[in-house]
Amino acid sequence: MQQIIYFFIKYRNFLLFVLLFSIATYFTIQTHNYHSDKFFSSANVVTGTLYNFKTSITTYFSLAKENKKLVEENVYLRKQIEYYKDVTEPAAIDTTIFPLFDYQAAKIINNNYAYTKNYLTLNKGARDGVVTDMGVISGRGLVGIVSRVSENFSTVQSVLNTNSRTNAKLKKSGHFGTLVWDTQNPNIVQLIDIPRLTEIEQGDTIITGGKSVIFPEGILIGVIESFRPDDFDENYYVIDVSLFTDMTSLENVYLIKNNFAEELYELEMSVSDE
Amino acid sequence: MSSNQTFIYILRFVVLVLVQVFLLNNINLNGYINPYIYLLFILLYPFNGNSTLLIIWSFFLGLSIDIFENSGGIHAAASVFAAYLRPYVLKFSFGLSYEYNVVKISKSSLPEKLTYLGTMIFLHHLMLFMMEIFSFNHLLLVLKSTVFSGIFTFILIYSSIVLFGNKSE
Repeated sequence: MQQIIYFFIKYRNFLLFVLLFSIATYFTIQTHNYHSDKFFSSANVVTGTLYNFKTSITTYFSLAKENKKLVEENVYLRKQIEYYKDVTEPAAIDTTIFPLFDYQAAKIINNNYAYTKNYLTLNKGARDGVVTDMGVISGRGLVGIVSRVSENFSTVQSVLNTNSRTNAKLKKSGHFGTLVWDTQNPNIVQLIDIPRLTEIEQGDTIITGGKSVIFPEGILIGVIESFRPDDFDENYYVIDVSLFTDMTSLENVYLIKNNFAEELYELEMSVSDE
Repeated sequence: MSSNQTFIYILRFVVLVLVQVFLLNNINLNGYINPYIYLLFILLYPFNGNSTLLIIWSFFLGLSIDIFENSGGIHAAASVFAAYLRPYVLKFSFGLSYEYNVVKISKSSLPEKLTYLGTMIFLHHLMLFMMEIFSFNHLLLVLKSTVFSGIFTFILIYSSIVLFGNKSE
């Protein structure tokens, strides 16, 4: 018995190190699965409140730039309205039909892009109706997907996260692929699984595919920067996409809620059960 | 450890975490290079202090950064690793004399200081980026990040020791 106690005292630092290191490794591996329950996230009261406080000060320094962005977005939206005015008579709005997607504004209070798995923190939480798996876009394009929600805050898995997989397509030809990130550059993401038969060109626009419950079809993502054959399968392209959204300076974003997400999810589950 | 000392450690802990999270993590030089100044807590811990206690302190130091950064446990793992190896690095850098409480970081010779800081920063950063990237296929990326961030951290830590050295000892 004395031997055992002596052993523990002698090697206490090593044993403590192994224990704490294992716990830390466990936390790290937890972040590798998107849907696993993480123990900690920045969407808690302490960090959320501190980040909120920081943002309430720092936003003043970028007001002019942020205003310019919002005005640009307004111009873009006005142009779209003008286009539809010419094309058709405005359709009578049927208020009994629920729109498929609903939008809500939020502010980013913390933004990471230096890691390989990056997250953003938003100032909206469960109290504002935010739920996990809601899409997040900026005025210019795709940003990420809500991964964790607390009472007043939420964290967003950015497109700049190696776990991120977003359905995207070429605007011109309509070919579908998957958007991933190779961690090299915070402004460039990769579109994979596009067959070599597709005709593509530098400068082609990439938009969301609409084959997911999370994003509506046609949300802007970016333009083709360059492309090359996939190292693993010569029949497919790897396309470098330069993002429209500047992920390094984000402030105002929109949350997208699919009003039929639950119904669609239940339907898909019942199909896969059979 | 006197209560006065404990208070100083807690203050240092909180200040370093806040500076790290609100200031330094927003630098993102060239997209990914950030200095990690919170390591200063482990480096400045008294050389004859309780090393078991330091490992526990370090775990919570790293974990605080991780919670702010949504990074799981990478900072906690790297900090615990650095804290555990610190006695060996001390012996290696200063010789056996460090155990007799004669060595102070601001008064030690330049080569000793450089060896101590350099080794500790390298070990911490190497573990940090290995945990972060978590793949042996990207060893080059791990080394690149370690070296670039390490140099940045070293400059910052060395200048803070020179600037505040006399007071903090």
